[in-house]
Amino acid sequence: MSEVKKIKKGLDIKLIGKAEKVLEKADRSETFAIKPTDFPGLTPKLKVKVDTEVKAGSALFFDKYRPEINFTSPVSGKVVAVNRGERRKILEVIIQSDNELQYEEFKKANPTDLSRDEVKEELLKSGLWAFLRQRPYDVIANPADAPKAIYISAFDSAPLAADFDYLVEGEAEAFQMGLDALTKLTDGKVHLNIDAQKTQSKVFTEAKNVVINKFAGVHPAGNVGVQIHKLDPINKGDVVWVIRPQEILFIGRLFQNGTYDVSRKVALTGSEVKNPAYYSTILGGSVRNILKAQLKDDDKIRVISGNVLTGTQIPEDGFLGFYDSQITVIPEGDEYEFLGWALPGLKKFSMSKTFFSWLTPNKEYRLDANLHGEHRAFVMTGEYDKVLPMDVLPLQLIKSIMVEDIDQMEQLGIYEVAPEDLALCEFVCTSKINVQDLVRQGIDLMVKEMS
Amino acid sequence: MKALRKFLDKKKPLFQKGGKFAKLQSSFEAFETFLYVPNITSHSGTHIKDAIDLKRTMSVVVLALIPALLFGIYNTGYQHFLSLGQTAEFMDICIYGLIEILPIIVVSYVVGLGIEFAFAQMRGHQVNEGFLVSGMLIPLIMPVGAPLWMVAVSTAFAVVIGKEVFGGTGMNIWNPALVARAFFFFAYPSKMSGDIVWIADKADSFSGATPLAHAASLVDATGETATSIYTQHLSDVWNQFVGLIPGSIGETSTIAILIGAVILIASGIGSWKIMASVFVGGYTMGAIFNLVGANAYMELIPAWQHLIMGGFAFGAVFMATDPVSAAQTARGKIIYGFLIGFLAVLIRVMNAGFPEAMMLAILLMNTFAPLIDHYVIQGNVKRRLKRVKVNA
Repeated sequence: MSEVKKIKKGLDIKLIGKAEKVLEKADRSETFAIKPTDFPGLTPKLKVKVDTEVKAGSALFFDKYRPEINFTSPVSGKVVAVNRGERRKILEVIIQSDNELQYEEFKKANPTDLSRDEVKEELLKSGLWAFLRQRPYDVIANPADAPKAIYISAFDSAPLAADFDYLVEGEAEAFQMGLDALTKLTDGKVHLNIDAQKTQSKVFTEAKNVVINKFAGVHPAGNVGVQIHKLDPINKGDVVWVIRPQEILFIGRLFQNGTYDVSRKVALTGSEVKNPAYYSTILGGSVRNILKAQLKDDDKIRVISGNVLTGTQIPEDGFLGFYDSQITVIPEGDEYEFLGWALPGLKKFSMSKTFFSWLTPNKEYRLDANLHGEHRAFVMTGEYDKVLPMDVLPLQLIKSIMVEDIDQMEQLGIYEVAPEDLALCEFVCTSKINVQDLVRQGIDLMVKEMS
Repeated sequence: MKALRKFLDKKKPLFQKGGKFAKLQSSFEAFETFLYVPNITSHSGTHIKDAIDLKRTMSVVVLALIPALLFGIYNTGYQHFLSLGQTAEFMDICIYGLIEILPIIVVSYVVGLGIEFAFAQMRGHQVNEGFLVSGMLIPLIMPVGAPLWMVAVSTAFAVVIGKEVFGGTGMNIWNPALVARAFFFFAYPSKMSGDIVWIADKADSFSGATPLAHAASLVDATGETATSIYTQHLSDVWNQFVGLIPGSIGETSTIAILIGAVILIASGIGSWKIMASVFVGGYTMGAIFNLVGANAYMELIPAWQHLIMGGFAFGAVFMATDPVSAAQTARGKIIYGFLIGFLAVLIRVMNAGFPEAMMLAILLMNTFAPLIDHYVIQGNVKRRLKRVKVNA
C-alpha cells in the first residue's frame, strides 16, 4: 500500500462531549425538511405545493439552471410548508411524515452492469446526485462533466466529529456497490483516503476498485480538499468530485433495493449534551426528539448541525443539514467577561501560548460561541499559515478576495480551497475575520465570472 | 463587579445612536471593552473562536517589554550616580530612574492615545489596541535627556503621519514607534546624539558617550590610539551585554531584551524567524567587515559585538517584528530580517554620521517589505503555473 501522507500544519481542538459508540434510541422525527440553503449557489425551483403527497424519493424541487438535478423527499408523507425568507428565497421545504415510509421505485441493478449514463440517470432521478460535490468551488457536481478523479475522505478530523468507521458499520455490501457506481462516473481513479491509524473498519480498508491512500496528522487532515492537495492538486481547468462515506451507502442502497433510503446515523456531541452518543435518523429529520431529553440546560445553548467549525446554527426544533452527520451543542456564551483579556485563562483554548491553558495540552474544553474580542483590521501575520497544510498563501488569498481581484485569486489558488479548508484560519484569527464567508464570496465571484 | 456591569449597561444607551453622547461612542466602547470582553457571539463561520484577541496580543508584547523597562529605570539611576562619582542605595537608584522615566511614558501614552481616540471618534471606528505597544516602545527608544515636549511632538507626528493617514492600525507601512524616533532624530539632532543626552543630569567631566559613538571614532583612529579607544571604552563586553552603559532608555540591556524575546517567541506572538534572521544578518555583515579590516572599526570590533551594542537587539526583538510593517510571508520574513541586520551593521560602520543605524535599517526594510512579499508571492504563483505545465 502507499506511503502515509503526514499533515503537520493544523490544529486539533479538543472539546468535551465526544459521542460514545452506542446507538441510542429516540422517538422518530415526524417532520423533515430539505433546505436549499445547504447548497451554495443553488437557485431552487419548486415541483411541489403545500399538501402535495410525496414518497421517499419524490422530487421536491430542482436546480433552475440544471433542471436534471432533483432534490427529493427523504420520507413519504405530505408537504406541509414552504418557508421563505427575504425576497421570497426558499429556506425550507417541510414534509410531515406518514410514518409508513413508502418509496418511489427506482431501477434495481448492479452498477457494474450499467453504463455511465444509466448510473448518472439513476442518481439524478433519485435525488442522490446532490451528494456529489465538485472541486473547485465546492458546489454540486455538474452532470455534464467527466471528473478527473473522485475523492472520498473516510475519516473526519474536525472537533468531536463522528467516527466514520462506526457510521458505515455492517454495510460493507452497500458501500462497495456505491463505490462501484462511482467508478462508472470517472475515467480516472476513485480515491478512498483513510486515517493511517484510526481507520480500522474493513468496509474501508478492504474496499475494492479504489485507490486507498493513507493520511495521518492533525485537523484538517480529514478534509478532502487538503487530501486532494497532497495527492494531486487541482489546477485551472481540472474538475474532481468528492463525496462522503455515508452518502456512498445511500447510492449503494439505491442500486441494491431500488429505493431512496437515506436513513443515517448521526453523532450527538458537545459539552451541553448529557450523554453524547449516536442516533439513528433519516436525512433532514428534526433534531427535536433527539435533543429532548439530552440537553443539560435549555437556556443559552447553541445547537449546530455539523461541527463547531463549519456547521450551521439551527433552532432546538430545527432540522439536520443535508450533508451533516453530527449535531453539536455548545454554550452560547453571550456574556460579558470582566477583564477577560487579562486573566490567566486556564479554561480558554488558544493556539498561541498567551493563555496558561497551554500547560495542559490534553485537556478537553467547554468552549462557547463568544468571539472573545472584537473585529479588527489585519494585524498579525503567519497565524493562518500554521493551520493550513497547503502550498497556498492564505492571508494573501483572503486579501485578493477582499479586493475582488479575480486574476490574483486564481493565481493564489482559489480553485484548490473550499471554505471548510480555511475554517481553522478563521478560528485562530486574532482579528476575528470571517474567513469562510470570504472564501465563499470569492468562489461565488469566480463562478459568476467564469460562466 | 455586577454593579459596574449594571452601571455600564445603564449608561450605554446614552452613547449609542440617538443618545446624548452618541459622538463619544468609540471612547465609551474602548473603555467598556477594556473592562469587559464583549458579549458578541459568532454569527457565521466557525462557532468557536480562539481565545486570543488584539488586546491579549498587545498586552503580551507590553509584558515582554517590562524587563527592558525595569532595567532602563535602574540603569538611568545607575548611570546618573556613576557620572557623579557617587555610590547610591539600590532603592535610591530605582527611584531616581523612575522619576526620570515615568514622565516620558506618561507623555507618550497621553498624547498618542489622545490622538487615537480623536481619530476613532472622527471616523466612527473602534479604538484600536495598537498604540498600547507603540506607547511603550516610544519611551524605551528615547534618550533619557529628551525634553518632554519633544517626546510629545514626535509621538504626535508618529501617530498622525506614521499611522492614521494610512488608515490606522494595520494599515501603516512604517513602524510608528520608529517614525517617532526618526522624527526626533532629524528634527532635534542635538538631543538624540552626542554624549550629553544619554545620562540624566550627568557631571560635565564624565564622558557620556555610548559604545557606538566610541566605536564610530575608531574609523579615523589608527595604531595605538585605536587600541586604546577599544580597551578603554569597548572591551567591557559584559557590561554591554548586561546593559550598564549609556544609551536609549530600554535598549541597553541585551539580557532584558532576550527575556522579552523568550516571552514573545514562547507565546507565539513574535516571529522567531525575523528575530533570528536579523541577528544572523548583523553577524554576517560584521564578519565580512572583520575579514576586510579596512579600518580600526572593522578590525577591532568582533562581529558578535555588533549584536549587543546600541539598539541592535532591541530593534531585532521588538521593532523589526511588528507584524504590520514587517514582511508577511514566511520566506519574506527571513529575507527581511536578514537585510535589516545586514544593513544596520553596514550603515554603522560605513557612515559615522549615523552610529545608531538600526532605526534606519528597519525603516528602510519596512519600506521594502511589500516588495519582498511580492516576489515571495510570485514564487508561489509560479509553482502553481509550473504544475499545470508539468501535467499538460
